[in-house]
Amino acid sequence: MTSVPLLTHSDLDAVFAWATNGPVSVSDYVADAYRLAEQLPATGHLLNLCHDRYRFAVGFAAGMLRGMTSLQPSSQSPETFRRLQAEYPDLICLCDGPTDTLDLPRIDFPAISAVDRKNQPRTKLAIPAFPADHLAAILFTSGSTGLPQAQRKTWGKLVANGRAEAVALGLDRQPHAIVGTVPVQHSYGFESTFLLALHGGCAFWAGKPFYPQDIAGALAAVPQPRLLVTTPFHLSALLSAEIELPPVDLLLSATAPLSTTLAADAEARTGAPMHEIYGSTESGQLASRRTTDGAAWTLLPGVRLEQVGEDTVACAGHVEGRVALSDRIEPLSDQRFLLHGRHTDLVNIAGKRTSLAYLNHQLGAVPGVVDGAFFLPEEEAPDGITRLTAFVVAPGLSARQITAELRQRIDAIFLPRPLVLVDKLPRNSTGKLPRGDLQALYVEKVSHGGR
Amino acid sequence: MSEAISPEVIEALLPEVAELIVTALNLDMPPADIEPDAPLFGEGLGLDSIDVLEISLVVSKKYGFQLKSDNEDNLRIFSSLRALTTHIASQRTK
Repeated sequence: MTSVPLLTHSDLDAVFAWATNGPVSVSDYVADAYRLAEQLPATGHLLNLCHDRYRFAVGFAAGMLRGMTSLQPSSQSPETFRRLQAEYPDLICLCDGPTDTLDLPRIDFPAISAVDRKNQPRTKLAIPAFPADHLAAILFTSGSTGLPQAQRKTWGKLVANGRAEAVALGLDRQPHAIVGTVPVQHSYGFESTFLLALHGGCAFWAGKPFYPQDIAGALAAVPQPRLLVTTPFHLSALLSAEIELPPVDLLLSATAPLSTTLAADAEARTGAPMHEIYGSTESGQLASRRTTDGAAWTLLPGVRLEQVGEDTVACAGHVEGRVALSDRIEPLSDQRFLLHGRHTDLVNIAGKRTSLAYLNHQLGAVPGVVDGAFFLPEEEAPDGITRLTAFVVAPGLSARQITAELRQRIDAIFLPRPLVLVDKLPRNSTGKLPRGDLQALYVEKVSHGGR
Repeated sequence: MSEAISPEVIEALLPEVAELIVTALNLDMPPADIEPDAPLFGEGLGLDSIDVLEISLVVSKKYGFQLKSDNEDNLRIFSSLRALTTHIASQRTK
């Protein structure tokens, strides 16, 4: 059976991560993973909730050493934990903060100090290798029903994804220090910070800077060349803050389309090329482009797209099986293609995904709601976050009461803003709600020249 | 540092910050309806981290300082209208 090493660094003294207390070498990382592995069960599922990117990385490797599978849900709500517990009764949580994990079995990340590391046996630990077909991680997406769908990732495919991305971005020739504003458990952060460090020769900053000033601070704390892994929203906030930025050598964005205006602005401000990654949790990363070079995307090495009727299917390379994509795609020559937006029912807000059908179902289930529909308005500002609106018929209920009920049922990011009470919905003779009529209702009730 | 700011100063600044939140987020409510000590997240106003970043941009422009989180306390400053107002009062440069 093929086995693939944990990481591809040839130099054990190379820096693997930049923690707040300084650089961590590849051999320190491997030693930390072995030490944590001693505390983990012999098999099963590891719900790795560590916020710190380095601790997540240690947890992931320690789990692999024990033959475990990393569970990476897109939400940390009690509801999510309950579902995971029912589905994976042997799961154990790994935490590095005060996360409320209900009554799930839990390990808190042990303090690993430099002193502990020195007490390790003098002999350098070998870099472990794992079977390519080991189920290394399960990432979750919202399916059209809104229920989390498990996306199974084998070790060999994850490594291939990391390597393909490194080649596409030129990191295989020139490794960078990575600062990521996205969580490491989410597919984009997982691939573009963690896997790029393991198999793209890069080193990552352990924190997840949030405010513009934090991002500047994190960049300044790592050596050049630097890669900033971010989203259109964080990037837009960073640029509008108008603060002094340390030199950046490469910018990467994903989770939502980036406008050419913002891309050009980012390049002008930093002097760094601005690249985007296209992919999905189901398929892994599929393509990249430099936004200012034009609209076409180029497939990552090894990946193929096939048209099946209306649908586009991704396969080959590091893609697990055959994955039907939720975007409308127009193939071009030379491994390139154009994206034409999503099939309409799916909603993606700040990288979180659900369907209107699911949201409408949850709304309809609120006691006292007679009729209701969620609506995603036409985007007002590219790179901003467009919020959902809901139109609700619920005599006797206030918008606030309905919102409180919805909060129990759906992720906060999908809560309607605003929730508009109406006497009736503009349903046509077949009971359907034409999008044009909802848009007209939106213009009438909501977009009264606001911002 | 925030201890040095008198409660009266904070009290007086509350309506201005409430107004700023409502405007920045396009909330469909009068600013006076934001209770100073109610949580801004979850059961309270139900804000999320995207809102936090939006508010932080407006705050930095209006009050002349950048918000920073030295650790995982990004959201602590935003625990309530009063907490945010206190932080602004102690950090503002304009």
